[in-house]
Amino acid sequence: MKVGLWRIAHARSGDKADRADIGLFAYDAPTYEVLKREVTRERLAAHFADICQGTVEIWPLDNLLAVKIVLNAALQGGAARSLRMDSLGKAVAARLLRMEIEAPADLPRLSHPSARPRESGDPGPSKERTGFPLSRE
Amino acid sequence: MKSVRIGAGLGFYGDSWRPVRASIESGGVKYIASDHLAELTLAILQKDRQKDPNAGYARDCVPMLIELWPLAAGRGVKFVMNAGGLNPHGAREAVARAFREKGYKATIAVITGDSISDRIDDLQVRGETLAHMDTGADIGSVRERLLFANAYLGAAPIAEALAQGADIVITGRVADAALSLGPIMHELNWRWDDWEKLAQGLTVGHLLECSGQASGGNFGSAGEWAKVQNFLHLGYPIAEVSEDGSALLTKAPGTGGRVSFDTLRQQLLYEVHNPHAYFSPDVVLDMGTLHFDDKGDDRVRITGAGGAKRPDTLKVVAGYHDGWMGLGQIGFSWPDAYLKCETSANIIKGLIEERGWALDDINIEYMGYNALLGANADASQRDSLNECFLRMTVRTKDKRIAEGFSRLFPWLGLSGPPYAGGLRGSERSRELLGLWPTLVRREAIEPGVAIDVEAVA
Repeated sequence: MKVGLWRIAHARSGDKADRADIGLFAYDAPTYEVLKREVTRERLAAHFADICQGTVEIWPLDNLLAVKIVLNAALQGGAARSLRMDSLGKAVAARLLRMEIEAPADLPRLSHPSARPRESGDPGPSKERTGFPLSRE
Repeated sequence: MKSVRIGAGLGFYGDSWRPVRASIESGGVKYIASDHLAELTLAILQKDRQKDPNAGYARDCVPMLIELWPLAAGRGVKFVMNAGGLNPHGAREAVARAFREKGYKATIAVITGDSISDRIDDLQVRGETLAHMDTGADIGSVRERLLFANAYLGAAPIAEALAQGADIVITGRVADAALSLGPIMHELNWRWDDWEKLAQGLTVGHLLECSGQASGGNFGSAGEWAKVQNFLHLGYPIAEVSEDGSALLTKAPGTGGRVSFDTLRQQLLYEVHNPHAYFSPDVVLDMGTLHFDDKGDDRVRITGAGGAKRPDTLKVVAGYHDGWMGLGQIGFSWPDAYLKCETSANIIKGLIEERGWALDDINIEYMGYNALLGANADASQRDSLNECFLRMTVRTKDKRIAEGFSRLFPWLGLSGPPYAGGLRGSERSRELLGLWPTLVRREAIEPGVAIDVEAVA
């Protein structure tokens, strides 16, 4: 089934000159195997076609259940000359979490409360959903 | 076993030092490693220095030390900070002046030798090409427009300054992680070719260099970020590094945030290229063998960093003038919020065309729709937005055009689409800087590194 990465993984991005870099992290080992298989350079290049003018590099890290991703020539030459609102590429990881991949329907993480599909008008995280009191509560 | 506790200071110029109090008062730290220089910060400091030759350092180090030094001094806590920016001596003078007014005493070291902007010709004569690290381009294309050029120094001069009795070490550009690795090397006396221990120290420094990002801040996720408790009193990360190289990452008791496998691995890979060869001046780190053991209660034990011999070159980042940016903005409410923004963008483009303005680039973003997500925004939401803001930016060689661009926008308020607000129509132009990363042999730079220790009383 098609699954948005946001349901099964977390991610952070940053900048080094003209390079945007992303760490993509599975919450568990079965999900990591799916990420390694599905998050390919070709799919990333297509997903980031509007910003990435260079090559895409990836390194899987078994010890961290993580995939390191680098988008070369993706920040309009770098933050100090970028015209974009996201000059530092901080939201590039959010863009990645919007990517859809093929995942088995019985992937354990998919039954986690935070992985529940969000419909239009969904109120987002809540105490009931996260099983935690929230910072705002 | 001997160990040292280091707390994170700032993560960038402008960050808050409020959380550092808890690390000093109840976190048991002996050092605060404070990173004031993001990659583009030297560009900001260069603009300050152009206006005032005594400026060019991260000014926030003065109020930070004025507030924290009384807490730190009595506990023997020392500071290592790269707040010197382009003018480390200027930073010390400002701190010393403020300390004298308050009657504070401290021994303050200044480390210089990272700046090579006045040595470009000399370095080229000595055979350094200064070619662009990624593209291989010749520096001649930007040579006349260079505004600064600084090497990333390592931990050795910091350790040496501490050995000479410094309470506060102020550096210019150093590798961010060296701010922690310096005190670690000073306290634990590891050999400078013990690559595996150095790699552990580098890992710790890298985890601490972005303040709250290792303790629950900017935890990039859907839903899970909201489980992070008490952002208001988020504690900055603290590392306890042992003589054998193992490290415990934690934060001060009672503070908010979270130190866990999840929050730490996000920071570990942050702004890293090849994770199997993370270069620093002191060691090359392989993250592929690291082991994070999450003990719960905001405690994570770190072992297993792979280390390889330090590189023969140091990274230098130079900045060069690259035109001017102009910015204008206007927002609209429902109905047809996006369409009104798009209509306005077309009007602005028409005005530019009528004036015959020469632009190198134009950037159009719709805040509330795609300003952060770009082409990955959900297009199905576009035509039903409650409100939307048009943000337009231009790059041009002509400062007057950049300055005038913003002033195209106010007219839209009375003569454009209805229900406008959030106008930014009188913005100043902003100088744009290109960054030029390159490599220089360390023998060409290190002989120029100087440590100057002085007691302020």
